[in-house]
Amino acid sequence: MKAFDLDSGRLRDLNAYLHGNPTRAVTINNPNGRHSIAVGVDADVNIAVNGHVGYYCGGMNQRATIAINGNAGPGVAENIMSGKVEVFGNASQYAGASAHGGTLVVHGDASARCGISIKGVDIIVNGNVGHMSAFMAQKGHLVVCGDAGDHLGDSMYEAIVYVRGRVGELGADCIIKDMTPDHTDKLGALLKSAGLDHDPKEFRRYGSARKLYNFNIDHADSY
Amino acid sequence: MADKRSLRESATFPAEVLAEIHRAADQGIYDIRGFGAKRKVPTFDDLLFLGASMSRYPLEGYREKCATNVTLGTRFAKNPIELDIPITIAGMSFGALGANAKESLGRAATMMGTSTTTGDGGMTSEERESSKTLVYQVLPSRYGLNPDDLRRADALEVVVGQGAKPGGGGMLLGQKITERVAEMRDLPEGIDQRSACRHPDWTGPDDLAIKIRELREITDYQVPIYIKVGASRVTYDIALAVKAGADVVVVDGMQAGTAATQDVFIEHAGIPTLPAVRLAVEALTELDMHRKVQLIVSGGIRNGADAAKALALGADAVSIGSAAMVALGCNRDIYREDYEALGTQPGYCHHCHTGACPVGVATQKPDLEARLQPEQGARWLRNYLTTMVLEMQTLARACGKSHVRNLEPDDLVALTIEAAAMARIPLAGTNWIPGSN
Repeated sequence: MKAFDLDSGRLRDLNAYLHGNPTRAVTINNPNGRHSIAVGVDADVNIAVNGHVGYYCGGMNQRATIAINGNAGPGVAENIMSGKVEVFGNASQYAGASAHGGTLVVHGDASARCGISIKGVDIIVNGNVGHMSAFMAQKGHLVVCGDAGDHLGDSMYEAIVYVRGRVGELGADCIIKDMTPDHTDKLGALLKSAGLDHDPKEFRRYGSARKLYNFNIDHADSY
Repeated sequence: MADKRSLRESATFPAEVLAEIHRAADQGIYDIRGFGAKRKVPTFDDLLFLGASMSRYPLEGYREKCATNVTLGTRFAKNPIELDIPITIAGMSFGALGANAKESLGRAATMMGTSTTTGDGGMTSEERESSKTLVYQVLPSRYGLNPDDLRRADALEVVVGQGAKPGGGGMLLGQKITERVAEMRDLPEGIDQRSACRHPDWTGPDDLAIKIRELREITDYQVPIYIKVGASRVTYDIALAVKAGADVVVVDGMQAGTAATQDVFIEHAGIPTLPAVRLAVEALTELDMHRKVQLIVSGGIRNGADAAKALALGADAVSIGSAAMVALGCNRDIYREDYEALGTQPGYCHHCHTGACPVGVATQKPDLEARLQPEQGARWLRNYLTTMVLEMQTLARACGKSHVRNLEPDDLVALTIEAAAMARIPLAGTNWIPGSN
């Protein structure tokens, strides 16, 4: 195992190491809110970050499993391609922004615009999410075990949102949809992947009404 | 016979305005089209060079060297971009353009020793393989964005906005969202795709500085990072871009083209390229960053004279988009029946948004795309770029300059009061700069 202490070492050296041929396990101590920790990793490596991180931790991750034992600043796991990022505290805005694949788990709350513009990632939040979550979400899943703020799923495409708690005002073209057995099974698998044991039957499914896919004057009020 | 007084056209409601109101009443949506602003604005045509005579020495054409190379990205990157000519190819998406057009651009740019730029659809294999120097755009949409392509690129360009629609997001109508385009963009086929106007994971310039740092960490500080803005509040935007850490700033004037944007946006937002250049140079100079952060100017650059004037005003390079499309055949007088089917004629066409480009440039339809073969397209564009460079060198030598970048504001005069004020260049025959003295 390799250990880095960001109070005594440089972020540049850490990321350069992770971009090379890292060992199977890396520990990062004293992140102290620094930005861009473990970004652009493309390796089968388990990374444990002991503390709070700033912006973009785990950004553009490929294959790595990153555990953040603290809170995460804006844009955690932005554009993640594969692998897993797990936040054991809370996450700030734009968690999982434009993420293409892999899994993001937030055990606390996530803030506004969680899952904005996602393109295939699975995001599971054990707590609440803020307003405009899943805004312009194209593909993938957002699972919210707590409450969701206003304008959920505004201008979504084909991503699927599951919410267990209260939902504020729905966003443009976002509607509640039926939960089929397939959806229940899929949700169960997502919850299990996050280590959560909530009952999928307690969730509701939200998705795009698809009325804004091509312009129709009768829907102009939604723009 | 009609009374001629009854046939007087209204200046406020001319025929084209009447037609647009009728169309809006029929359709209930803003008009969407391609190309750039068609309205008349002050341009580089309103500036002239003062060729050498008694008080300046010219250089001999064809014999005395006039160099054209430029280096971009010297501020922070380990590998700045070295170009043979100060004319680059601007970002245009695969989706807006077909694969043959993108390959044509790449091949020609490689032959001329310059760069191309990806667009809103991400990086295609055709473009990466054909373009020796490729700038990869990071756009609000993040379609297809991935770290592998970031690392394959020679530079990154964070797009804050573009000249055709400063403050607006991208658009690609359903008829151009083919299976391949849809897959690259992670969208359903056939929908009207709208890109966001703001980036999903940063908000203001302080955030952008952190974002740029992330991009540098991911790419191990190897490549330059450009920031592109549509020309509006240029002074503040350039200052903030420099503060955010840009190696290169790209300013795109309102004449810049687009494949699909609301006409109201194209014609009524942004400022012309002429004042934008001057404002950007002043902002860089005030920060003591002129030439340290390089400036690329785009938006209605049409010929070597435009490029030379932009450099004389202080730009390090120019970028062409619409003109490159024209070189590939846009609005060429062929396939007239296909232009007419679109309701237009060669020379007037702005129907890029339809996907029915008669010359095979802005289309995904295989039968139309086949009309532009990359080898021919590359030859056309190479010839056009060569002509532009020769024109620049002709003007530079006439001004006594051994390198085109040595052109300076003192080599210019203005023909109109507006151009003089916008470019801060004296009116010809006077030393008057409106607003300055």
